[in-house]
Amino acid sequence: MGERLLLRGNEVIAEAAIRAGCQCYFAYPITPQAELLEHMALNMPRLGRTFIQAESEIAAISMVYGAAGAGVRTMTSSSSPGISLKQEGISYLAGASLPCVIVNIVRGGPGLGNIAPSQCDYFQATKGGGHGDYHLIVLGPSTVPEAGELTMLAFELADQYRIPVMILADGLLGQMMEPVELPDPIDPASLPAKDWATTGAKGRAPNIILSFEMDPDDLKQMNLDLQSKYRTITENEIRYEEYETEDADIVIAAHGTIGRICKSVVRMARAEGIKVGLFRPITLWPYPYEPLKRLSQQVHTVLTVEMSAGQMWEDVRLAVAERAATPFFGETGGIVPTPRSILNEVKKHVR
Amino acid sequence: MSANLENMVKVFERPQSLTDARFTYCPGCHHGIITRIIGNVMDELGIVERTVGIAPVGCSVFSYLWYKADSQQVPHGRACAVATGIKRARPELIVFSYQGDGDFASIGTAESIHAANRGENITVIFVNNQIYGMTGGEMAPTTLVDQKTTTTPEGRDPRVAGYPIRFSEMIATLDAPAYVTRQALFDTKHIMETTKAVKKAFQYQVEGKGYSLVEILSTCPTNWRMSPVQSNTHVAETVTKVFPLGDLVDRG
Ligand SMILES: Cc1ncc(C[n+]2csc(CCOP(=O)(O)OP(=O)(O)O)c2C)c(N)n1
Ligand code: SF4
Ligand SMILES: [Mg+2]
Repeated sequence: MGERLLLRGNEVIAEAAIRAGCQCYFAYPITPQAELLEHMALNMPRLGRTFIQAESEIAAISMVYGAAGAGVRTMTSSSSPGISLKQEGISYLAGASLPCVIVNIVRGGPGLGNIAPSQCDYFQATKGGGHGDYHLIVLGPSTVPEAGELTMLAFELADQYRIPVMILADGLLGQMMEPVELPDPIDPASLPAKDWATTGAKGRAPNIILSFEMDPDDLKQMNLDLQSKYRTITENEIRYEEYETEDADIVIAAHGTIGRICKSVVRMARAEGIKVGLFRPITLWPYPYEPLKRLSQQVHTVLTVEMSAGQMWEDVRLAVAERAATPFFGETGGIVPTPRSILNEVKKHVR
Repeated sequence: MSANLENMVKVFERPQSLTDARFTYCPGCHHGIITRIIGNVMDELGIVERTVGIAPVGCSVFSYLWYKADSQQVPHGRACAVATGIKRARPELIVFSYQGDGDFASIGTAESIHAANRGENITVIFVNNQIYGMTGGEMAPTTLVDQKTTTTPEGRDPRVAGYPIRFSEMIATLDAPAYVTRQALFDTKHIMETTKAVKKAFQYQVEGKGYSLVEILSTCPTNWRMSPVQSNTHVAETVTKVFPLGDLVDRG
C-alpha cells in the first residue's frame, strides 16, 4: 500500500484516478468540485498526461468520448448543472460501450439550485439521465477513503464491462478531510490493450466506435447486447454494507454521506436500547434489491433517509414491497439532516 | 491532351484508402467528391493505417463505412471536442473531422471555435452546402439571404434569421490555427486546388504544425432543387460572392 495522506474527498477522487492510470481528464469548473479540477490541473501535466479545461461540460464529455474510444483511461467531473449538460455525451458513451469515469459532486437543485451538498441527482444517475435504454454503474461513497477505493474500482469496472461508471458523491464528501491510504499507482502501460479501440487500423480491419444502427433489427440487437451486459453486472457487482442489522427491528436505508451519518444514529439509538440497523447501498445501480428484500423480512420498518425529496425511497419501496413499513425522512435545499433529527424520526417508528 | 486525360482518370480512380462500400450520397452531391479527395490524400501521405476519421451527424453520418481507417461516429456538433480527446490520448494518430455546416457552424459552434483556439493538431473538413441536407433541407447558418429552404419558405430574411455566417473568417481571427482556407469543387481546376488544400492540411498535422480547417463550398442538388450542373453554376456564380475562395491563414 501507498503512503498515508490527509486529503479532501475531491482530492482523493482525483488522486485515485491518477493512480488508477487515468491518462486524460477533461472538465469545466463548477462548485463544489473545484479541488478535484485543481488537483488534476497540477498533477496530470507533471506526469505527462492530459488535463484540459474544456469550453463546456458538453465539450468535456465529448473529449472523454474521443479518449475512451482511443482506448485510454479517462475521466470527467462536475456537479449537478454540469452533469445535466453531459447527458448527451453519457448516452452516446453508453450506446457505444465506452469505458470512462464520470464524477458528480452533487449540489442542491433543481436549476441553479445552490452549492450546498445534496443527493437530489439520484434519479438522473440511476434511472438514465440521457436518452435511450441504458444504465451506468453508479457508485455512492460515504467516506473519503471509500471515495478513493470506489474511484479505483470505477476504472476497473468501466474497462471490464466497457461501460461508463459514475461516482455519485455530494459536496459534503468533496470538502471533508480524512486520512486515507491509497494504493500504489498503476502504470497505464501495464493495462491490457483494448483491441476494439481506434488506435490506427494497421494490419487489421478498421475499428469503428458508434452508437448508431439504422436498421431496427441491428439496433434491437445492440440493445439486447446492452441489456445482457446489464444483467451480468447485476449478477456480479452488487455492493452494499449492513451495520448492526442482525437483531434490528428497524433498518435505516441511506446512501453516501447520509449513510455515514446514519451509522452514528444507529449507535445513538442502540445506546438508548432501540434495535436499529443500517442498510447502505454502495452500488446505486445495480441496486441491491435482493439483500434489502431479505432484510425487510426480519424488521417491521425500513426508514429511508436522504438529502432529497425521496428518490432512493422508490427503490427501497420496490425492494421492500409490503413486507415492512417504508417511511421517509429527508431534507432538500442543501440542508444536511442532523443525527439528532434522524434519531427523533427513528423513535416515531419504535413499536 | 493525353496528360490532361491522365489527370482526369486519376481524380476519379477509387483511392486505396477507401473501402468498396457504396456512398449513400445523392447523385451529383459534392460529399462524394470530398470523400474521394480525402482518400487520395491518405494514399499520397501513406497515413491511412494511423488515421482516425470522425463521422458527424448529417448526410456524412455513414462516412465511417468508406475509409479503411478507424473511425468514431459522434454526437451532432461535437466532432472537434471528440477529435481533441482522440488526439490528446494518442498524439501519434492523424485525426480529422468531417462536418456539415449545421454540425460545425451551428450546434457545434463552441466546440469548433475552441478546438481551433487551442490549436489542436487536427484537420477539420467543413462541408458548406448552405443547407441541412440530412433532415430535409432546412436553413443552415450558412444559408444565403433570400435562399428558400423548408424553414425559410419565403427565403432567408436577415431581419428574422440573420445573415450567412462566415465561420472560417471567424476562425482566421484566432492566433493558433496553422491553416484556414476556403475551397470549391465546381470544376476540375477547383477540385485540384481543393485536393492540394486538403493535402496541405493533413501534411501540417503530420508535421505537428497544428490546427487546420478546409472549408469546402459544396452542393446539395436534392434540397436546392437544382440539377448537378445548375448546382455547380450556382456555387461558381452566387455562393462564392458570399463565401470568397482562398487561403485565410497559412502559418506553415
Ligand atoms: C442533437 C441533435 N439535434 C438535431 C439532430 C438532427 N439533425 C441531423 S443532421 C442535422 C443537420 C445536418 O446538416 P449539416 O450539418 O449541414 O450536414 P449535411 O446533411 O448538410 O451534410 C440535424 C439538425 C440530431 N441528430 N441531433
Ligand atoms: S441531401 Fe443533399 S447533401 Fe445530402 S447527400 Fe443528398 S445532395 Fe448530398
Ligand atoms: Mg449542410
